[in-house]
Amino acid sequence: MSDAAAMPFAQSVRSAVPSVLMPLRVRDLVLRFGEITVLDHLSLDLGPRGCTMIMGPNGAGKSLLLKLLHGLMQPTAGQIDWGGQGPTDVTARQALVFQKPVLLRRSVRANIEFVLKARCKRPGESAEFLEHVGLSHKADQPARLLSGGEAQRLSLARALATDPEVLFLDEPTASLDPASVLAIERIVSDARNRGVRIIFVTHDVGQARRMADDVVFMHRGKAAEHSRADDFFPDPQSSAARDFLNGRIVV
Amino acid sequence: MQSIGDALGLAVALVLSGDPDLLEIVLLSLRVSLSATVIACLIGLPVGALVAIGRFRGRNALLVFMNALMGLPPVVVGLLVYLHLSRSGPLGFLGLLYTPTAMIIAQVILIAPIIAALSRQVLEDLHTEYADQFRSLCLSRVQTVQALLWDARYSLLTVGLAGFGRAVAEVGAVIIVGGNIDHLTRVMTTAIALETSKGELALALALGMILLIIALGVNAAVQSVRMTAARQAYV
Repeated sequence: MSDAAAMPFAQSVRSAVPSVLMPLRVRDLVLRFGEITVLDHLSLDLGPRGCTMIMGPNGAGKSLLLKLLHGLMQPTAGQIDWGGQGPTDVTARQALVFQKPVLLRRSVRANIEFVLKARCKRPGESAEFLEHVGLSHKADQPARLLSGGEAQRLSLARALATDPEVLFLDEPTASLDPASVLAIERIVSDARNRGVRIIFVTHDVGQARRMADDVVFMHRGKAAEHSRADDFFPDPQSSAARDFLNGRIVV
Repeated sequence: MQSIGDALGLAVALVLSGDPDLLEIVLLSLRVSLSATVIACLIGLPVGALVAIGRFRGRNALLVFMNALMGLPPVVVGLLVYLHLSRSGPLGFLGLLYTPTAMIIAQVILIAPIIAALSRQVLEDLHTEYADQFRSLCLSRVQTVQALLWDARYSLLTVGLAGFGRAVAEVGAVIIVGGNIDHLTRVMTTAIALETSKGELALALALGMILLIIALGVNAAVQSVRMTAARQAYV
């Protein structure tokens, strides 16, 4: 973990206090598309601090869960409670980094400035965020010509520029090389140390081991298991999680 | 009646000589059609953007209506504008009939639906890509429209070009509301129609050549801008 006090843009981001949006309580969450049930009476409680890794096989509903928690979708049934508020009430205090970075057709700097202007902040702060993610030297280049790892770092910088209390990450390192993965993980860890609550979807067991404070293992639309990382990895309780960690195919 | 060969020779000589009458007609054509294109873009682009991001009852019917308006017959538009601007019409007191302003109004009515309908398609495709990100950022409707219009700016150049092409090439509307008055409302297309009917093919051909050169020049310029933008992944 990097030292929060040493970071140059400390005045621009959250201090290390837990979000008032936490704890998160999810009760009996159901999401259906016609006859297909994606989330099936999922219940979950997340504490105020740290990094929660959400794991599970494809189709388990991980990405859709993030969208529901972030207020981008409406559930078919169930409740999501962010410290007494609904998901759509708190979307502006959260940020989501998508698996495939959605970058504007502008320069790298303009992508950050766009968010800063939308949040009524000084566009000049963009330099600090670009420096933080190591993209200062590419500030004037077209954002869509960045490599995959650089694009995701820019996406992460843009999310942090909104000063989120909760940061969702939907497989942000899928198909990135190890150096890019490490760079992303450092930035996310730093945000966590500054008090940003991290909710991170990944398929990468190694990454989950490195980053997780607690793990939610999803299977067939339910939270099959939710436990501290120290307990989950040596001794998963559900057979699906055991199979997943052992590299067996889980469907 | 001249032969085509003679007429072409005379036309080239006319163009090369920089004939003042010819120049006046060309400049008025450009002034009218460029003004109409700019005004139609100011109306059509925001409308296209709002329909692109909006989800409301009757949207599909509106899309059918917008697309149908792209095929508005110029003479019908000219007639409607004439009825409104003529002395006995509701806007007759403005005294705009047989002026370049009336021609601009008619062309705006003709091409604003084209720009709205084509930009709606371009912006809807872009919005599909950006929608989740913009909702995550809690952008207002105005911020969303501004961002979409800016990010689609190079694609929208082509939309504007389609509008300009329609405006500069049409004859039906401008001849009705402009009257094809020499030194006042005579533009390239109306002059071509008049000179052809008089058998003066040289001037008609000269104007036709200039019209083609303008069309080629504008298209080449837009294509060049788009290629530059594409190299920077801004398209």
